[in-house]
Amino acid sequence: MSSVFDKLWTALRGGVREIGDAVVDANGIRIFEQEIKDAQANIATAKKSLTEVMARKMQAARKVDELAQSIRQNEGYAEKALEQNNETLALDVAGKIAQMENDRNEQLAIVTRLEGQIEQLKTHIKNAEKLIADHERELALVRTTESVQKATEQVVENVAANNSALNSARDSLERIKKRQEMKQDRMAAGDILAAELSDGGLDAKLEAAGIKGTKADASAILARIKANKAG
Amino acid sequence: MSQLQELTCTLGEINFEGHTFNCLPIKGSQQVLQVLVSELDEMPIYMTITDTQMLCITYLCHKQEVRDDKRAELNNAMLEMNVAMPLSSFAIVEDYYVVFGALATTSSTHDICKELVTLAANAYDALEAIEEFLN
Repeated sequence: MSSVFDKLWTALRGGVREIGDAVVDANGIRIFEQEIKDAQANIATAKKSLTEVMARKMQAARKVDELAQSIRQNEGYAEKALEQNNETLALDVAGKIAQMENDRNEQLAIVTRLEGQIEQLKTHIKNAEKLIADHERELALVRTTESVQKATEQVVENVAANNSALNSARDSLERIKKRQEMKQDRMAAGDILAAELSDGGLDAKLEAAGIKGTKADASAILARIKANKAG
Repeated sequence: MSQLQELTCTLGEINFEGHTFNCLPIKGSQQVLQVLVSELDEMPIYMTITDTQMLCITYLCHKQEVRDDKRAELNNAMLEMNVAMPLSSFAIVEDYYVVFGALATTSSTHDICKELVTLAANAYDALEAIEEFLN
């Protein structure tokens, strides 16, 4: 991981690279892709070998079981021969058992050896799979960087072609602010209009102007009562 | 039909949280889609799809628009803000300061809409925040 990251880091650091230059040379990418392909081929071969080796191990293990069974059987025969005091026959059987035990030990050795090979192949496959995953992530890193660069170049070109400079931040801010002001003005205007159009607003204005009063006025009432009394 | 073409069709029909999307493919060898989010269309979003992800980018400003004496401070401020900013991050691409979000290529339409609206809103906020650093 670090190698590609280092390369990108170096390539992207200020001034080293002209716009449009590839971050990691095409040759580097091809090497990566080749390594991934090799690792994949490796895994395929290793998996094929693994099945073969496992089959051979099963075969050998089966032989071990069979021999063990035969040995037990022949030990029974030897015991019976001894019961009949037939030492010669027992010795013959013992000879056969010795042969079978040698065979069994041989097969056991084969099983152990094959088990070692299986472990090795499994480790090999695991390593190759890890290598592929690492390389694929590294490639994604490079490819993404390049896609983003290319996309940016296209956006810059395209926007320039449409005569609308790729957002000067100041201009964008100005436009956003103007729009916000306009929105606020519109809302304020809406409020004023709503107030003007409603009767409540008119009443409030008439009241404020002293033209239309709805509030009871104590002095006016007192004056009215006095006038009634006098009359 | 490419994923971006499909997306153009899908987004055109959607109203997400009161926003609509105006899509315009950008010419070139790399597939790029410009997306304008209604109400937030001053900051266009550019989408591009790679092997592994969908990238949504808004361009804040060119490096040259930033005051020389404030550049280090701005970089630092952006790094410090990065984690807090919902769904988006700051970055520099080809000498442009950008706000971007990355999605898995398997993301749902809902996720993509959420990303686009959040990103556009973040870009607005970010633009206001960097005003004091500009020339």
